[in-house]
Amino acid sequence: MENTAPQLFKITFDGIEIEVPPGTTIMQAARKIAEADATKSHLAPPAMCYYEPLKGSGGKCRACLVKVTAGSAKDPRPMPKLVPSCITTVQDGMVVENTTNEAVLETRRGIVEFLLINHPLDCPICDQAGECHLQDFAFEHGRVSTRYEEERRTFEKQDIGPYIQLHMTRCVLCYRCVFTADQITNKRVHGVLNRGDHAEISTYIEKAIDNDFSGNVIDVCPVGALTDKTYRFKNRVWFTKPVEAHCDCEKCSGNVTLWYRGDEVIRVTARKNEWGEVKEFICNTCRFERKKTSDWVIEGPTTVSRHSVIMANKYRADLKKPDFGLKVAAAQYKQIDDSRPFVTDNNTIRELSKENNAKANQRSLAENN
Amino acid sequence: MAVKILTEHINEPGINTFEVYRKKGGYTAVEKALKKMTPEEIVEEVKKSGVRGRGGAGFPMGMKWSFLAKPEGVPRYLVCNADESEPGTFKDHYLMREIPHLLIEGMIVSSYALGANKSFIYVRGELMYVVKILEKAIEEAKAAGFLGKNILGSGYDLELVVQPGGGAYICGEETALLESLEGKRGNPRNKPPFPAVKGLYQSPTVVNNVESISNTPWIINNGGEAYAALGIGRSTGTKLISASGHINKPGVYEIPLGISVEDFIYADEWCGGIRPGHHLKAVVAGGSSVPILPANLILNLANGDKRLMTYESLSDGGFATGTMLGSGGFIVMDETTCIVRNTWTFARFYHHESCGQCSPCREGTGWMDKVLERIENGKGNMRDIDLLVDVAKKIEGNTICPLGDAAAWPVAAAIRHFRDEFEWHVTHPHEATKPGAVYPGAMELV
Repeated sequence: MENTAPQLFKITFDGIEIEVPPGTTIMQAARKIAEADATKSHLAPPAMCYYEPLKGSGGKCRACLVKVTAGSAKDPRPMPKLVPSCITTVQDGMVVENTTNEAVLETRRGIVEFLLINHPLDCPICDQAGECHLQDFAFEHGRVSTRYEEERRTFEKQDIGPYIQLHMTRCVLCYRCVFTADQITNKRVHGVLNRGDHAEISTYIEKAIDNDFSGNVIDVCPVGALTDKTYRFKNRVWFTKPVEAHCDCEKCSGNVTLWYRGDEVIRVTARKNEWGEVKEFICNTCRFERKKTSDWVIEGPTTVSRHSVIMANKYRADLKKPDFGLKVAAAQYKQIDDSRPFVTDNNTIRELSKENNAKANQRSLAENN
Repeated sequence: MAVKILTEHINEPGINTFEVYRKKGGYTAVEKALKKMTPEEIVEEVKKSGVRGRGGAGFPMGMKWSFLAKPEGVPRYLVCNADESEPGTFKDHYLMREIPHLLIEGMIVSSYALGANKSFIYVRGELMYVVKILEKAIEEAKAAGFLGKNILGSGYDLELVVQPGGGAYICGEETALLESLEGKRGNPRNKPPFPAVKGLYQSPTVVNNVESISNTPWIINNGGEAYAALGIGRSTGTKLISASGHINKPGVYEIPLGISVEDFIYADEWCGGIRPGHHLKAVVAGGSSVPILPANLILNLANGDKRLMTYESLSDGGFATGTMLGSGGFIVMDETTCIVRNTWTFARFYHHESCGQCSPCREGTGWMDKVLERIENGKGNMRDIDLLVDVAKKIEGNTICPLGDAAAWPVAAAIRHFRDEFEWHVTHPHEATKPGAVYPGAMELV
């Protein structure tokens, strides 16, 4: 018999070796690498459907497909097909290629294209824009243009209950909301109707979702298919300021993120980790009804991850300087300063502006003299 | 006359009743198995016979049985996949309608071999009358003591349940079938775990095709070696072929594996040749999801040898010059067939039947359908042909279940072998969209 003490499996992911306990998926191992070293955060495979807190999620969107070039130390044959990293568990001695494999990247470009062919691309009016997984996925892995010329399939918008609106046209059928409705709420009235590209998320025969945790389907939705009706069209996410807060709630933990515009709380969501996954699900009262600062005990600003749209220059492509016309613009074109620190904390801003003001004053003094 | 395993007595009047079936030697396999053989011996015989799964994948049945996990205190299930919905395949339907007791007998011995006390036959939803035929046969078998508690005094119990599906092609995929059987939406599961470990109700399960299971009584009566003696190489036994299209005698034929494709199409014993005055243009050899082959490649291998009706010979040369035996849906087309329209019809089918769970198949099948519709209607351009090849490539191998592959292969193969015809549709839209238009280009016709 082998040693029964918990042993670690050693795997190689994009040339980086890491030891993880048996039962870990390739995705979790990759996220571990990314969490340990922020410069490697781009190595974690993208996930549109996988959601760690939800049992049974994953394997559907195929965005996280990776190449396994050696199955294990015992059986080092490569796996014949690309495998979904979110549900494939590691074996000792497994060698995985993600960003280092051209076939993987090419397939991912294909997946982006597939996900976008029936997507309305209405980001300019979509509430999810700025925190949309599909936007990020397309930006990081997609092509600039599509080859799709046919008509896109559309659905009518539906109200499901007083707080949530379903815009099925934007849906990528990740099934996260179905799992949420199944796993954290008591009454299951949520499911998928029809099949193929006409499959749609639905509460059975339009029955409203009526329970205290239904609002969480908004948080788990990777795109703008499920939106908060109390927040719709109120603001763009990059103009808002997230602040962590809590309250004494008898239904849930009460740990939330408040999204401020000026002094006004315009949205309440659950707290999310750096992979966009909800840490603790919150109740509808916290989410939809407590929209005054006096309802909450403020803990401080949310740590904004490098990936957030609120972080400066998130969507900056390697801009080509215009080679004709707009000569004035070209002359004025300056590389945006990347090193500028990003802060949400008012005190720091005040300190910084004090510093800046002092510097400006000195400069103008010097000029005047 | 070749040996007939499944269809020997099929033309006997009244063979669908218990009395006639019993008189013709039916249920002797149950007696032999339950009284004289252990389950392990039956599995061993099936392994020796080398019979391969008749549903399409061609995986050795004995091997599949031996993979079944056998944890203590957990029930095991046998599920018969009678959700035959592949366009071009209609053999299981024929077998169940004409000789239902053969399947029941096979289910009893197979369930005994696997240690299953409750087995299911999942029948395609469109075939409700077949459900009634099977239920009647089960009642008759139960009345005669071949089903129920303590069968033939052996102490073995078996309950057989016939479950009609909702009529979805995807429920022919084994894990989608199990989901559907559990009463859920028929979405294929991620594998692993395979059904042999966690199948129906999270218990070890074997899913077999109707034809595969119907072979087991003969194997038990005559021995696995006798079965393996039929056929060639690793393609043992006989195979039901559903022949359709432009042939003189369409129908279901039981062929010994190993006859040549040419014989099968032209011999009077089988299809009896192409309809008078016409010539063979192309063949889809194993149901709509396998690659289409032009006349010269279906009759001969790339090296000039005759192509045979076996798993190996049909897939010789990979997809470049070969195809697959699949489920045996043999669709023959003569020179009047428009390959573009045929490909579009297949693509439309897969678009309609994709479950919508994983993105490449959900979006890709619809995309291919729409592009092919445009080309067929004279609104395509040359770019579309390469686009189709690329979309097919992006779907293939990247999906949860084989439906993605099944949708991609026919499109890719049609363009591989009949690109001229696609290009003709683009360059001559006016001629190509006329009713009954026939591609005038140089083609190898036989």
